[in-house]
Amino acid sequence: MGSAPASDDVYLRPTVKTAVKLLVVGHFAVGKTTFVGTLSEIRPLRTEEVMTQAGAVVDDLAGTRDKTTTTVAMDFGRLTLNDSLVLYLFGAPGQQRFTKLWQDMTRGALGALVLADTRRLSHSFDVMGVLEELDLPYAVAVNDFDGAPVHGLDEVREALDLLPETPLVRCDARDPESSTRALISLVEYLLSRESESELEHA
Amino acid sequence: MTPRRRPEGRLVRSYVVTDGRAHPTRNTLDLVTLLIAATDLPLTGLNPEKRRVMELCRPGALSLAEVAGHLQLPVSVTKVLVADLMDSGHIVTRAPIPAARPSDARILQEVLDGLRARL
Repeated sequence: MGSAPASDDVYLRPTVKTAVKLLVVGHFAVGKTTFVGTLSEIRPLRTEEVMTQAGAVVDDLAGTRDKTTTTVAMDFGRLTLNDSLVLYLFGAPGQQRFTKLWQDMTRGALGALVLADTRRLSHSFDVMGVLEELDLPYAVAVNDFDGAPVHGLDEVREALDLLPETPLVRCDARDPESSTRALISLVEYLLSRESESELEHA
Repeated sequence: MTPRRRPEGRLVRSYVVTDGRAHPTRNTLDLVTLLIAATDLPLTGLNPEKRRVMELCRPGALSLAEVAGHLQLPVSVTKVLVADLMDSGHIVTRAPIPAARPSDARILQEVLDGLRARL
C-alpha cells in the first residue's frame, strides 16, 4: 500500500505561495464532477465523510432518536495559474449546506459557479438560495446537455430570477475552453464587484 | 454519480486513527492550506496514518484537501492528523489568504489573467 502517488505532477510547484478556491455547485447530476475533471490538471480527487444527521442543524430532526447517516461527498481539482498561485475547484451539491464539509468549502472561497440544466431549472433555486444566505457571489452557467431544450439566455435569466448583474453563460462541461470561459465570466464579475466596493470606500 | 465504495486503505475506523478525537488541536486549517513536510525529523513514534501523511507530503507540497483525497481519509480526520503533525514540527503550513479578505482585487486579477492565459 504505497501512499505516494506515482506521477510528479501530483505535487505543487515549489514556488506556489497562494492557494485560492472557487466552488462549482448545482443539483444532482448537473455536471459538477465533469466540469471539475475537465479543468483539473490532476486526476480529480474525491473525499467522502459519513455524517449523522442528528448532529446537523436541521430543525425537524432535532430530538430525533434514530440517527440517520448520510454520505457527504466533494469532488475537487486543481489549476496552477502561475508560478506562485494555484486555484482549487470544489464541486458539491448545495443540500449539504449544514455539514462541516460544506462550511469548509465555502469559508474563504472567492465565489461560486452555479451549474444549471435547462431541463430542471427550478432545481437550481435551492443552491442559489444557500449562496445568497452565505453572501457568496456567484455566476450561473447553463450546462448544455445533448437533447436538452435550448432556451434563450434571457428566458433562463427570467426563469431563474437572476439579478441583472449576475453573469449567465452557456457552457459545455466536457469542453476545457468552454468551461474556462465560464470561470472567466465568474472572476470578471468578482473583480468588478471588488472594484466597485473599493471605489465606495475610497 | 460515482458509486460509494469502501476505500481500500481504510481498515480501521476514523476514531481509532485520531485517538478518539473529533476536533483538531488548532482550527486554522483550511481545505487549501498548503502542507510542507519537514525532511529532517524521524517518523518514529508516529502512528501508521500519520506516517502515510508524511510519506505522501515529503516529495512536495499539497493542500490539505489533496492529502485527504489521496489517502482516502475524511477531511475531518485529516485535519486532526495534520494538526498533530504541526504540533510535533513534522508539517509546516503555508496559510491560505486570510478568510476575512478573500476577494482581494490583486488576487482576483491574477486569477483572471491565469485563466485567460489557458485559452
